[in-house]
Amino acid sequence: MATVTTAIKAEARDLNFFYSNGARALKGISMPLYENKITALIGPSGCGKSTFLRCFNRMHDLYPGNKYQGQIVMHPDNTNVLDAGVDPIEVRMRISMVFQKPNPFPKSIYENVAYGLRVRGENNKRIMDDKVEEALKGAALWSEVKDRLHDLAFNLSGGQQQRLCIARALATDPEIMLFDEPTSALDPIATANIEELMVELRSKLTILVVTHNMQQAARVSDYTAYMYLGELIEYDDTDKIFTNPGRKETEDYITGKFG
Amino acid sequence: MEHKASVLENLADVRAMIKRHKRNDTLFAAIGLLCLMFGLVTLMLLFWQLIADGYPKFNIDFLTEFPSRRAGRAGLLSAWVGSLLVMVVTFLTAVPVGVAAGLYLEEYAPKNWFTDLIEINVSNLAGVPSIIYGLLALGLFVYMLDFGQSILTAGLTLGLLILPIVIVSTREAIRSIPVSIREAAYGVGATKWQVVYDHVFKYSYGGILTGIIIGMARALGETAPIITIGALTFIAFLPPSPITTEPPFLNFEWLSSGFTVMPIQMFNWLSRPDHAFHVNAAATGALIIIVTLLMNGTAIWLRYKIRKNIKW
Ligand SMILES: Nc1ncnc2c1ncn2[C@@H]1O[C@H](COP(=O)(O)OP(=O)(O)OP(=O)(O)O)[C@@H](O)[C@H]1O
Ligand SMILES: [Mg+2]
Repeated sequence: MATVTTAIKAEARDLNFFYSNGARALKGISMPLYENKITALIGPSGCGKSTFLRCFNRMHDLYPGNKYQGQIVMHPDNTNVLDAGVDPIEVRMRISMVFQKPNPFPKSIYENVAYGLRVRGENNKRIMDDKVEEALKGAALWSEVKDRLHDLAFNLSGGQQQRLCIARALATDPEIMLFDEPTSALDPIATANIEELMVELRSKLTILVVTHNMQQAARVSDYTAYMYLGELIEYDDTDKIFTNPGRKETEDYITGKFG
Repeated sequence: MEHKASVLENLADVRAMIKRHKRNDTLFAAIGLLCLMFGLVTLMLLFWQLIADGYPKFNIDFLTEFPSRRAGRAGLLSAWVGSLLVMVVTFLTAVPVGVAAGLYLEEYAPKNWFTDLIEINVSNLAGVPSIIYGLLALGLFVYMLDFGQSILTAGLTLGLLILPIVIVSTREAIRSIPVSIREAAYGVGATKWQVVYDHVFKYSYGGILTGIIIGMARALGETAPIITIGALTFIAFLPPSPITTEPPFLNFEWLSSGFTVMPIQMFNWLSRPDHAFHVNAAATGALIIIVTLLMNGTAIWLRYKIRKNIKW
């Protein structure tokens, strides 16, 4: 299992976040994301998991009035992605995201995967074809769609759509991938597929995943963070959190006494 | 109300209650249908009347002849050509301006008191009586800018008139695109313009088009503002052709030409004492309604066709 010698890919340093209505949704969060590891975020509804996740790719910038305080530093270049001088678009090119509900564009399967390349100005068809195939293979979807790449993405099943969204996020070779409850809209088999996929992707990139499913966190993650009311209550090896949590609150939540 | 233990023990009461509630359903459905029929039947009767009265003029000559002092020979040529050319100007002004304004308001404008004010005013503009637009145009286009009582003036006036319709329908079409789709696009690193161009515009143009066509159909029937700016009511010539056989193949003299449009021609014929002209008026009215219905039909069909591939 994980050892402390693993490199840190990114770390939040004393991160606070304020929504435009003034609500303080994150309170002084500091924690690392280890490279090529899966970190799971758990906690009761409304505790700020999504808010925290969406700080990493500056998604909150899309809505006026939101305010970050503190840092999220990416390694090895030591860039603070929250710095006002850092372009959120550049950040999103390095850190991609998969959402709770599959959200493919109303375009073909091919165009969905290729879109991230297109916004980067890529239009060489050969390179594009290769990248799309590679990403679809990476998302374990290639064999199912290779004969109908130009079909509408909406014609895929929910689980396939979510894997398509993963392929879309994968096509641009991100360093970190964020998952916000990626399986909550899926059936158990599709969920198992996505979990398996996340574990495979770990060798290529660093993953941060929000989940409500305790078993899922235990199954796929290397590290787990428990949040409550905007605060990070406990962060540790997943094994440790689930077998011998350091804090009473964490134990209550995990054992279902609370939450 | 006394406490009831369970449905089973009070089966008769419960059934009576359901029946009573269902009676309300039926009653409302009947009233609704009646109201709907009232509107529809009235419209059908009017339309039928126009067709019955104008029937003798339903032939090609009616479209290829100029108006004349003799009712039997008088045709609609100058009027429908005038309508067509005015609509071209209306389209070319209202569509780019309206769509750009709608996109800007929805996607780019900061949300503050000033944009709120603009928003309220755009909605209000849609309710301003059309003759006010005519007065504005008379002062602005005819006198100040010296465009004359021309096709250009009429087109611009109707363009202004339908601008709110285009803006509002553009905004509504844009708003129907779910946040999740925008976030997906931003999430892979798209800029605002890429999101607007590759997604927002592409998924909403069915709705935008619908708004444009409905606006154009409204403009086609407008009479008051055109009379206000002083359109001619009797015209026996055509504006210079916009397309020429010699380079550069385009000619803009038609813009400054005098003109008439179909509703004005209809109004002119209707106001003659000689009943023979009323046949012409009825035929023109029927034609305007048919074209309007066709335009609206096209809008519905386009919307259906474009939306078919988009489910959210
Ligand atoms: N746009 C917003 N404006 C103001 N407050 C918000 C906004 N979005 C979320 N919040 C608040 O921020 C807090 C954290 O919300 P967040 O969505 O991050 O919770 P979460 O842990 O992801 O919950 P869930 O498990 O239900 O998804 C909540 O109290 C919520 O009400
Ligand atoms: Mg959430």
